[in-house]
Amino acid sequence: MTDSPVPHFRQPLLKTPFHERARALAQVDSFIPWAGYTTVDVFTTMEQEYFAIRNATTLYDLTPMVKYRITGRDALPYLNRLVTRDIAKLKPDRVAYCVWCNDAGHLIDDGTVFRLGWDDYRICTAERQIDWLLDSAIGFEVQITEVTEQIAALAVQGPTSCAVLKALGLQGVERLKPFDIGYFSLGPHALTVSRTGFTGDLGYELWMEPDAAEAVWDALMAAGRTRGIRAIGSQALNVARIEAGFLLPNVDFVSAERTIRTGRDRSPLELGLDWLVDLNKGHFTGRRALLAEKIDGSSRRLVGLDIAGNKPAHNSLLYTDDSGKREIGSVTSATWSPTCKRNIALAIVDAPYFEIGSTIWAEIYLNRELVWERRMSRAQIVERPFFAPERRRATPPAEF
Amino acid sequence: MAASPAAQPSYDCLVIGGGHNGLVCAATLARGGRSVLLLEAAADVGGAARTREFTPGFKVSAGAHLLHLMPADLLRELRLESHGLEWAAQGMASTALLPDGAFLSLSEAGAGQRLSPADSQAYADYTARMRRFAGALAPVFSRVPPRLGTTDWSDRLDLLRIGWRIRRLGRRDMRELLRIGGMNVYDLLEENFDSAALKGALGFDAVLGANFGPRSPGTVLTLLYRLAAEAAAGDTGLSQPKGGMGALCEALAKAAAAAGAIIRTGAPVVNILIEGDRACGVTLESGEVIAARSVISNADPKTTFLRLLGPKYLDAGFVRRVNHIRCRGLSAKLHLALNRLPPFNSVTEACLRGRLLIAPSLQYIEHAYNHAKYGEFSAAPVMEITVPTLNDPALAPPGQHVLSAIVQYAPYELKEGWQSGRQRFMDTVLDTLERFAPGLRSSIAGAELLTPADIETQFRISGGHWHHGDLAFDQFLMVRPVPGAAQYRTPMEGLFLCGAGCHPGGGVMGVAGRNAAREVLKQDAAS
Repeated sequence: MTDSPVPHFRQPLLKTPFHERARALAQVDSFIPWAGYTTVDVFTTMEQEYFAIRNATTLYDLTPMVKYRITGRDALPYLNRLVTRDIAKLKPDRVAYCVWCNDAGHLIDDGTVFRLGWDDYRICTAERQIDWLLDSAIGFEVQITEVTEQIAALAVQGPTSCAVLKALGLQGVERLKPFDIGYFSLGPHALTVSRTGFTGDLGYELWMEPDAAEAVWDALMAAGRTRGIRAIGSQALNVARIEAGFLLPNVDFVSAERTIRTGRDRSPLELGLDWLVDLNKGHFTGRRALLAEKIDGSSRRLVGLDIAGNKPAHNSLLYTDDSGKREIGSVTSATWSPTCKRNIALAIVDAPYFEIGSTIWAEIYLNRELVWERRMSRAQIVERPFFAPERRRATPPAEF
Repeated sequence: MAASPAAQPSYDCLVIGGGHNGLVCAATLARGGRSVLLLEAAADVGGAARTREFTPGFKVSAGAHLLHLMPADLLRELRLESHGLEWAAQGMASTALLPDGAFLSLSEAGAGQRLSPADSQAYADYTARMRRFAGALAPVFSRVPPRLGTTDWSDRLDLLRIGWRIRRLGRRDMRELLRIGGMNVYDLLEENFDSAALKGALGFDAVLGANFGPRSPGTVLTLLYRLAAEAAAGDTGLSQPKGGMGALCEALAKAAAAAGAIIRTGAPVVNILIEGDRACGVTLESGEVIAARSVISNADPKTTFLRLLGPKYLDAGFVRRVNHIRCRGLSAKLHLALNRLPPFNSVTEACLRGRLLIAPSLQYIEHAYNHAKYGEFSAAPVMEITVPTLNDPALAPPGQHVLSAIVQYAPYELKEGWQSGRQRFMDTVLDTLERFAPGLRSSIAGAELLTPADIETQFRISGGHWHHGDLAFDQFLMVRPVPGAAQYRTPMEGLFLCGAGCHPGGGVMGVAGRNAAREVLKQDAAS
């Protein structure tokens, strides 16, 4: 892509290696920019694509995800100082979902860490942050390389996804447990498969050289034809990820490196990611601040909401009661969950109102033919994820 | 951490480094009733404030050669005069050397005879005004800087106090202070004076030891800072300890020992030991492990955090800030052994006994600095010169003399490298001196030139910067050395800083050492 004869300023958005295939299927021509690439928001209809995630197999182009390769003698101590989880426990050919914080214990980003070898790791994340990774490398013998453009990535998600991959000829793919990495080949092309995803469903992510992208796409479409395979855009994925309770950067939190106003940063404890924070593994950036927060208690928390009615509580303010006098937080992500048949949301709620089971109120605005109506709806704080089917963990997955 | 320190710490406090601040800190801690061990890597204490023989029979203060910032109450508190500190000279004058063989003497009474009546009047007004400003700022030196962005009342009160002192100057002075505070010294002096010689001499003090030329923004602040430090020290003027700066540190060591501190030289520390996220001792180069309840480092912040402690015990943002501390020295030190009095023609002996400045105009200084910006040494350097043997003949064989000069600008990272650059720079410096003291070259019996690279290796200072970091807007007060370590405490529990890298900074002042010791004592009292 860097050899392109078109100067970069005439090509503000790059095309992923899957672009031509996606373009051919993008019936409603709905493209959005994502991390410098043009990507599909909706191929046909959001609903059709969403139901394919939960009932068949879907292809989602995640090439724009930013990827960094971390190698060198200190790769492990480096990563352990960077992220809040204990990477020493991450075995080769395994993936870990991680977050990393600034000194104040506030989230810079989340992402997945792939251990590809003894001291060969890949971080896969939503935002570019080479500056933070390099600053964190002061005093460590590591090499950090951005490999975003060198690796094409495709998410293959849905209940029939394992069957599709088997039909593709990936023998033994059914033995991959969640967060395992496997190495396969498809014709002349090497294919790395991780059992990871952003849908909360059975699913895999395929990593390949950009040259292999179109061949892999075509082979998947052929292998999945009888299993309902369908390309999906970001809108459908967003509904699935809210059901799965996953966070989206810049939607559910803003990176602490980008916030300007005080109090807009979020700690992993506030975001309900306590299980990712290992305060006993030795020092990591933000540890002392998180230790203090653990002792003092968090002043707010990201929670799941189950809201009365069927109107999604987009951007709603939250209150202690229906008088709307005392504001205690706001909704960050909301959707009607087609699978759960519930009106769900992720929200940031102030202490002490964030306990599971409490009832709070959401102020929902409805635009009824250009007349805005305001509705106070009862909302219950509930456990996340909202949807967690057994099949996401089953190994081997069911046959289809 | 293979060897775990003994369960029972051997000392309350362990001070790493026996520079003047380390010694003041050790003495203050010992006087506060703590058991103290001070570890110095070199064979003698003193750090860069040391007297060394550089040519057989000739001795000189290896780093700073004038004392003007150490507070009178600190000298009294540690009873340094009863521990052997004597003065070779006090209240030394400053004299600007001029290219035509003339000179301009800056004394308390006024600036020599060469000034126009208008300049004389302006000089008196300017001196009085700067003195008032310095007096208003002086009290911040002996205090721990407030933290920014906290809700702590003592921090807010301290900030208010600084504001109140400036307000109390009165409307006209406050306005003037706020007007000039962010200016460059070039513009300030241009506003006030006509005489190029006077402007050069006054501007010199704003850039001495700094990574600045007179036109660099913020140089009025560096000048005010120097004046305020002098005011905080009691405005005792420039003095020269008998036996050189090393004699001061010997007296400090005696004061520390008298208070009960133990001083070990030849004991380089290689790392700070951590147990349970707390500093608990050090390992020496010999492998010996020494345990202590608190570790106080006189080493510069980069050495302390990046080498002795190590980034893995610190947060990445903090390490980034430490890594970005600007601490590349630009000052070199020249020592000449002379077999006769240096022939600075027409300069009176009274003036020779003080300090001589080669900074004949602001343009001259700015041109000297221009080279440094591009990694070259100055073609026509500026200098602060003393002839210490005039006041203290014992530093050289009878009838012979020593010339000691701070020479700028000599960038730490010289483009051509100091290997080849050293001799060329030496020639340039001697050529410059020769212009002001014709015939000096023929009297040289021995010479030594310490570049910032030499200062780094010989005195173990990162970047060879004798302030352990530029004194500049972004490295002052509550942001010195970096936020998170500006109150002598560090993010690592039990580890403190006490060197020139902290507030109030470098120069042979000792205040950082004393403030740090008080902070350690306060913490002990609280726990």
